[in-house]
Order: sequence, then structure tokens, then C-alpha cells
Amino acid sequence: MVAVTIWGSLRRFTDGQGQVEVKASNFKELLDNLSQDYPGLKPQIERGVSLALDGRIYREAWFTEIGPNSEVVLMPYMAGG
Amino acid sequence: MALDNSPKRVFTVVGTRPPRPDGVDKVTGRALYGADVSAPGMLSAHILRSPHPHAAIVSIDASAAEALPGVKAVVTAADFAPQEDDFLRDVLDNCMARDKVLYDGHAIAAVAATTSAIAKAALKLIKVTYKALPHVTDVDVALRADAPVVQTGRSLETVPEGMSQNVTGHCEFGHGDLEAGFAKADLVVTRSFTTAATHQGYIEPHACLASMTADGKADLWCCTQGQYNVRSLCAALLGMEASQLRVTASEIGGGFGGKTTVFIEPVALALSRKTGRPVKIVMSRDEVFKATGPTVSSSIDVKIGMTKDGRITAGEAQLRYSGGAFPCGTVDMGAQAAFAAYDLAAVRTLGWNVLTNRPKEAAYRAPGAPQAIYAVESVVDELCQKLGLDPLNVRLKNAAHKGTKSSYGPTFDDIGLVATLEAAKAHPHYSAPLGEGQGRGLSAGFWFNFGGNTCVSLNVNTDGTVGITEGNPDIGGSRAAISQMAAEELGIPYDKIRTIIADTSSLGHNDVTDGSRVTFSVGLATIEAARDAITKMCHRAARIWGIDEEAVVWKDGAAQPAGPNAGKFPPMTLADIAAVSFNTGGPIAGHYEFNADGAGVSFGVHLCDVEVDRETGATKVLRYTVFQDAGKAVHPSYVEGQMQGGAVQGIGWALNEEYIYGTDGRLQNAGFLDYRVPVASDLPPIETVILEIPNPGHPYGVRGVGETPIVPPLAAVSNAVSRAIGTRLNSLPMSPPRILKALSKG
Amino acid sequence: MKTIHVSTFVNGDAVEFICAPDESLLDVLRNRLGLTGVKEGCGTGDCGACSVTLDGRLVCACLVLGAEAEGAAVGTVEGIADGDTLHPLQQSFIDHAALQCGICTPGILVAAKALLEKNPDPTDTEVRYWLAGNLCRCTGYDKIIHAVQDAAQKMRSA
Repeated sequence: MVAVTIWGSLRRFTDGQGQVEVKASNFKELLDNLSQDYPGLKPQIERGVSLALDGRIYREAWFTEIGPNSEVVLMPYMAGG
Repeated sequence: MALDNSPKRVFTVVGTRPPRPDGVDKVTGRALYGADVSAPGMLSAHILRSPHPHAAIVSIDASAAEALPGVKAVVTAADFAPQEDDFLRDVLDNCMARDKVLYDGHAIAAVAATTSAIAKAALKLIKVTYKALPHVTDVDVALRADAPVVQTGRSLETVPEGMSQNVTGHCEFGHGDLEAGFAKADLVVTRSFTTAATHQGYIEPHACLASMTADGKADLWCCTQGQYNVRSLCAALLGMEASQLRVTASEIGGGFGGKTTVFIEPVALALSRKTGRPVKIVMSRDEVFKATGPTVSSSIDVKIGMTKDGRITAGEAQLRYSGGAFPCGTVDMGAQAAFAAYDLAAVRTLGWNVLTNRPKEAAYRAPGAPQAIYAVESVVDELCQKLGLDPLNVRLKNAAHKGTKSSYGPTFDDIGLVATLEAAKAHPHYSAPLGEGQGRGLSAGFWFNFGGNTCVSLNVNTDGTVGITEGNPDIGGSRAAISQMAAEELGIPYDKIRTIIADTSSLGHNDVTDGSRVTFSVGLATIEAARDAITKMCHRAARIWGIDEEAVVWKDGAAQPAGPNAGKFPPMTLADIAAVSFNTGGPIAGHYEFNADGAGVSFGVHLCDVEVDRETGATKVLRYTVFQDAGKAVHPSYVEGQMQGGAVQGIGWALNEEYIYGTDGRLQNAGFLDYRVPVASDLPPIETVILEIPNPGHPYGVRGVGETPIVPPLAAVSNAVSRAIGTRLNSLPMSPPRILKALSKG
Repeated sequence: MKTIHVSTFVNGDAVEFICAPDESLLDVLRNRLGLTGVKEGCGTGDCGACSVTLDGRLVCACLVLGAEAEGAAVGTVEGIADGDTLHPLQQSFIDHAALQCGICTPGILVAAKALLEKNPDPTDTEVRYWLAGNLCRCTGYDKIIHAVQDAAQKMRSA
């Protein structure tokens, strides 16, 4: 199980929790299981999210491995200019 | 691909200042930009644009235009298949209005003719019937329940019930107990700010040449920051497959984020398809201002609490951004960046995106961050003034560092904020005396920086030279930096390497040149491609020497036996191995494809001295110094160039640049005369100090640098002006009329 | 529409073209003569990207009619180098990284050359005010001023 930090405006879809526990060993599993456990998150996840893993931001990498003690923070999908 | 830290690397090419490969072409006028090419049988096209900020399109009758001799085709939205996907539909509707026009200048039809003059004349013959609708251009007015609604049904599920339909997005970030935090403060300041929309102001208007043939294949030449993104968008909008559309990026005359999408390209392709001839479209400056992608306009409330010895106990911000008539996610980034420079126990930012009848926003150097950080840094400065504290010391006291839980969630690894603050503090600029009527301001700034999808191919020529093919338009000198990194890895001179930018048919996908990503990700891919080629060259040498592949190493540009036991063979240079490559297995190449992550954030600090003329309200920038963490500056001149260029764009944003709308909803200043960007005589020298705190995610420690420099100037200049005149200003730009108004209020 | 036949000199070469009466010199140079070194940034004389010289005088080609070139000498960026030898200004711009995207560079080189022909030893302020009509969005002007001054110094001691 991995602890994922959910940003403020999404917490209404996780019963107000800022951090939820999800079964996942990689990015894809994390997103799939988050969508399953908290269907309200699905539209945002489908639009795109980034994942910050121990401070490093990953934008799309499904197979990024996540360890049980990793800091995992969900972030909006980033764009630059 | 982590930082190469053992042993501590000594660079020979990286960190030097060789000439850029496109230099001679650009100083002689030979370089070809978007509008500089033509094709046999080419038609010229012009676009008809709405004079109304908001109207239903009742009918379009192009018959008279089509009948004009020389006119070969007219296209409207009817010539494009409707798009299911929201994002693509917005791109398409912005390129060519369907059913409604949403801003002054919105495209509704396009004409291709044998000459530009005929196409322009034909525009006047297109009869359009509009039904004008109420319009709204101000973000705070558009939020209200009674505001005219720009689009219906576009609000995301994150927007609370009961808000105006113009509110399309909502976000919230942060952590900690705000109430407790504010209770601990000795002083709490709450302020509201507004920033006007600005434009990237690239000197080259958008231009493209599209050529579609009867078999459905097309070639598109355009000035763009991302030819692969242009291909994806145009293929989708025209119903083509990616392999059928070959997009070539011209040299680009500035982009800064504004050329990361499409405006005229699908239209040119549609006209080319309809006429069977090449079609060229070049935007006028008026069109660039009215109908490309300016920044959001913003309205921001900030509340910060500080103890009397300068510790920030809580920070809160509400950001209302408008990205024009289409939904826009920039407020997410502004809300995340707002407090990023601070180590806070309690922080919360809320963001809202609001629709207005203005052009569709496009990125501009660190999109969303300049506005948010302007507001936060202004309040921090006001707190320092009121508490009698040194503003640099307060930044140092509260600075984010390794281990800080950032305001947007993740914990920071190695970052360079403290180093840049300390460099600023130690610099003579900070302690230089100020004269009467002068003020000094500072601001920290931040940008996330990105990685992204990248392909590089490195080919070894038989004469010992190397060709590198990459896929990112060069907007800052990246071709030089890429050649430098390859030269460093291969151990050959810089001028033996030529780096070119591929069209979409010649190389795999590369994400857009944005997010300050190229030196980082294309550099990383180049290093890996070079190592791939090195591995192959070592194998060739091993075969020539008849020894085991593992027994060969690469050193000083040559393959050598790994140790005395491997055999006594003189080194074979890259040129030696290349010369016999045809005999030893064929041409030698290295390549690398990946989706890069691990881009390091870049912090900057700017110091600004100004003098304000109390009679005219004019501000003179007297001295300006930029401090920024580059991780590793591959080509210091080009890093300095980004710092200086971004700073000056920020100065323009702070002092003069703004989109001015009349009550009629029309843009009043769609030209460089009245959209006033900085000129040479406005500015002092821009001094630069590069710091290097290596990014753990790159072999050489490179961090992106291009975007951060536009972030600090807004508050640095505003803080300086506020201190110079003795009144806090809270609206950008601080043009002379506004300063005079603030002075008269006392 | 009646067209006008014009005989002129461009970068020292005799040149003839026909153009519409209301066609700008900028459009003539780019579209009829193929000299795309001169750039259109605004079409209204506000950005200087189309700077050329007309009988030695610095002008915006977008504000000059093609017909006005009759009998005159036009100087563009393509005429600044001497064969394959770069002018000191051009070399200096490369050496000092005084260009990034380069779209303003042709206009700035023409303008800077005109300045140094008039005033071989300008102050930084004089350079900045002379170039105030040439917008650059990439560099912040800092390295441009250095490059002009370095070239000026080399030209003075040549």
C-alpha cells in the first residue's frame, strides 16, 4: 500500500482526506486503483496528472516504480512556455 | 541517468563559449524564417476576422468572394470535421469560429488567391451576418452570476455548484493549519492585485506554407516551437495520419510559449487541400495581437502573516485567472508556484479559471507563475517594510531548501534558492547607496521545468566528423549546447560536430521546445546517444584488435585497451574507427529515445533599482542584476542571454505592457506603438550571476533556465517603485498614468 | 492596376523590378527581389526589423514605397559582408552572443552600421538611443550594446 497526497480541490472526491492509501507498485497501477477506489477522481486522472515521487516530477511514465516508503504526491499535468 | 559525480567531473567543452552554428546565417540574412519561403504555383491567403467581441454567426455568404478573379478557394468552419475531444475542439474553434465568435479578431473565414492583394480584396466581399451578444472582458466581472456567459457547459467537476458558467476550473493546494498560523503572526497583511494580459511579443509574426497533394500527403513549413505538436494537431483537425503530414520547423523569430500551438496552420492546409496548390499565410502584427495567445489576465488576493523577527507563519492566496474565451489550466500552475520559494508550515492557494471574450491564452514563459509570485512577493515586501526588516534576510530566513515540503506538495531535493539569495546579499548591488527618489526592490522566482519525450540520432561520418539530428527548434542557442555535450562525451572538438533540427518525417517524436526542457532532455538524450555510439566504436576497435569487447575503454576521444593485460595497441581515435567503418560492419550511429523526467526546478533572485519622475510618472530602471541557479551552465553566454531576455520581458510587463480593451470589448492597442515593449534606451545593462547547484537528475547537473527569469521582475520592479514613491502599488503595469494617480492619492 | 517599372541599385548591384504603386519597398525586396534578409515585424514602422538604408539614410522599408527606390541606392543586410568576409559588426554579434532568435539582427546590423558610419565612437547611451527604433525581444539588448561597442573599437583601430 502506498500513501498518496491528494491536492486540495480533489479532496471532495476522497471524502475530505488529504492523503489516501492505494495498492500500487507503479504509476499506472496507482492511477488505475485511485480511479477505481475514488471514482470522483477519474475525470481529472483522464485529463492528465503528474506524479511527484520523492520530489521528482513524472508526467506520464506508467512503469515508474513506487516503493512502500516513497513520498507520492499527485499533481496537475504540467505545461510550459 | 543521474548526475555523474564520481570522480568530480572536469569539463573541457561544456562551460565554454563557442560560436553558435546558426550565427553566420543569421547575421547575413541567409537564415530562413517562417515567411521566407515560397513555392511554385503558390497562393496567398488572408483571414477574415470578427469585429465583434461576442456574436452568433447567423450566415456566411462567400459567393462574391469566390467569384473574384484570382480567388481559388474560401474555407470556413464547415470545411473542418467537428471534433469530439474538448481540447481539439477548442483548438479548431479558435482557428476558425463555428456558430459563435468569441473575441474581437476571432477568425471566421479564409481566402486563398493568386496574389495577397486579391485575397485581401476578397475578404471585403464575404458577407457575414452576426447577431451581437453581450460581452465581458474583465475577470472579476465575468465571475459574477449576472455576467454574460461566454460558453455554456464547460465547467469541470471541480467547480462548486452555483457559480457562473464562466468559471470552468477550480484548484486548491497547500497544507497545514492556516488559522493557527495566522494567530501566531505579529502582523498580517491582506492585499488584492490585478495584472493585465500581456503578449509574448515575438518580433516574427506567425507564418506558414502548406502544400497538400492529391494523394493526401502534405508538407507544412512553419515557424513553431514544436513541429511534432503541429503535426499532431493538424493531422487531427484535417483527418490525416501522422506519417502523411511532414512538418518542417523554420528558424523561429521568437516564441516564448506563444508558438507552441496552431492558429493558421490548419487553415493553410485546408486551403491547400481545397485548391490543390501550396498556400502561404503570414499574420499581420494586428492579427498577432488580436488572435494569437496572450497571457491570462489576473485578479489575486494574498494574505500573509509574519512574526516581528521575520518568520512567515501562514500564507494564503486566491487567484482568479482568465485565459480568454476557452477553458485554460494556467491557474493550476500559478496556484502551485505562488509560495514555492518558502518553507511554510501553513499555506493554501485557491485558483479559479474564468472565461472572458478575449483571445485564447497560450503559454508565455513560466505560465501562471509571474502573476502569482508578483502578488506574494509584493506582500512579503510590504511586511518587511512595515516591520522594519531587511527583505533579503527575510527571504533567507524563510527560504525553501532541501527537505522543505513545498507549497505544492512534493519535498524538495537539492535546490539553489539559498545560494542565489546569498549571492544577491553579497553582491555590491545590494549595498550600493540609493539617491533621492530612488528605490530598490527584490523578488525571488521559481519555475518547475520539464523533461518530456525526446529522440536524438548521432551519426559518425567516415571523415571523423559527427552529425547530430534532434527534433527541437532552437530558441535559445540549444544547437550549440547540444554539440558541446556531444563533444564532451565523445572527446572530439566542438567544430567537428554539426547539430541540425529534423522535420517530423526524419526523426521520432519530440515534445515542444517549452518548459525549459531542451538543454536538459535533449542534452541528456545526446549524452546517451554519444555513449551508445562510443559502445559501438569500442566494439569495432575490439574486433580490429582481436580482443574481448569488454577490454576496450573510451578515453580522450579514442578507443584504448582497458589495461596492460588487454594488449599493446595504440589508441584508435573516432576518426580512425570511422575511416574503416564500412569494412568493420557499416556506418556507425548512436541513438536514444525516452520520456525524460527529473528536470530540476530553477530558482532566481532579481535586484532592481529605479528612479521615478514624480512629474511624469515615468520610471527609469537604473540598475538590474539577475541571480539564477542553472545547475550546470553548458554555454554560459546563452544562459546569460535567457536571464537577460526574460528579465527585460518582465520589466516590460511591470512597467508598460498591457492589453487595453474598450467598453465595446475591442482591443485598442494591437500594435507595437501602443503595446509598449522595452527598447534599448529604456534599460541599463542587465548584470547576470550564474550559480551552479547541480540537478541530481542530469549527468552534468543541467537545470532548465529559460522561464524562471521572467518571474521575479514583476515584483522586483513593483517593490522598487513602491519604495521609491512611498506608496504600495498593486496593479500591473505601473504605467505613468497609474503612478501619477497613486501619487495624487497621497 | 497600373504597375510601375523601377530601376535602382541594391547592395551595389543594378536591379530592375515592377511593382504596384502602393507596394512597399519591404514587399518589393522580399517578394520580388528574393531578399528575405529584411524582415516584416509590424508593417507600421514601429519595430525596425525592416531597417534598410536608402541613399545612406536609415529607413524602415515598410514606410517607403517601392517606387521611391527609383534611381536610389538601397542597402540591406545581404550587402554588409564583403564577399565571404564578415563585417566586424557581424563577427562581433556572433562573438558576443548578441543574437538569439536572430529575427531583429538584420535590422539592428543595418542600423548599427549606419550609426558607426556617422559616429565611430558613440557612448553606450548614444548606441541605445540610436537603436531605440529596433525592437529585440530575446536579448534584453545588453549583449547587443557590447557587440556594437566592441566592433566600433575594432573598426577605430583598423
